[in-house]
Amino acid sequence: MSDVIHLEFDVAGNNFVSAGTATNQVKDTLRNLGIPNQDVRRIAIAMYEAEINMVIHACGGKATADIYADKIEVVLEDHGKGIENIELAMQPGWSTASEDIRGLGFGAGMGLPNIKKYTDEFKIESEVGKGTKVYLRVNFS
Amino acid sequence: MNRVADIIKILDARSYNIGKSEREIVGGYAGDFLSFVMGRAPSSCAWFTVMTNVNVCAVATLADVGVVVLCEGVEPSEQLLDKAKEHSVNLIGTDLDVFEAVKKYSEL
Repeated sequence: MSDVIHLEFDVAGNNFVSAGTATNQVKDTLRNLGIPNQDVRRIAIAMYEAEINMVIHACGGKATADIYADKIEVVLEDHGKGIENIELAMQPGWSTASEDIRGLGFGAGMGLPNIKKYTDEFKIESEVGKGTKVYLRVNFS
Repeated sequence: MNRVADIIKILDARSYNIGKSEREIVGGYAGDFLSFVMGRAPSSCAWFTVMTNVNVCAVATLADVGVVVLCEGVEPSEQLLDKAKEHSVNLIGTDLDVFEAVKKYSEL
């Protein structure tokens, strides 16, 4: 199957004003394609959580989105500090965010659980000191 | 069927930005941790919060919130206001605390 649309983004680290720009562009593209609202909402929330994680924890990174007729696949890759224990990171409520970050409303430890909740497939690979790669897929209803 | 104007009236609220006046608002969610909001707030809801930073707009847009209700008399940051205008997000504010605001809203 050939790609319908391929999008690429640079995500800036530690910038909460521009955070979400990549996700918003994906969302707008999906809306313009007439993808159902509930599907747009699911990938938008999942991708934003992943994008915010790159902003907070990894000094930014790269994101790509491939939109097919029946699904969207998003890959977010950073060269940040990596995740020591993915199983622990997946637990609701577990967070390594600083008090400053929590003051912004992040760091509730619900980011990865939310991504899992809203996607049809969620894969995460991480190596401490090297970085993290996240794959998200949402099937269109 | 509730619109933003109905909610402004019952909460005696200030309107900071009305991006979509005709939008139907259904249900609600109260909370400040943004991931909880994205995980739990239903689409088209009224979101009651005391968070005023720019990320509120991103969350409201992506989670498809119907109206953001800033409670306790807090005012939106300049960046939040700018983003709300840019993305046509309904943003209002009330002096009521979250509990009282939700109580009044539920009377609609």
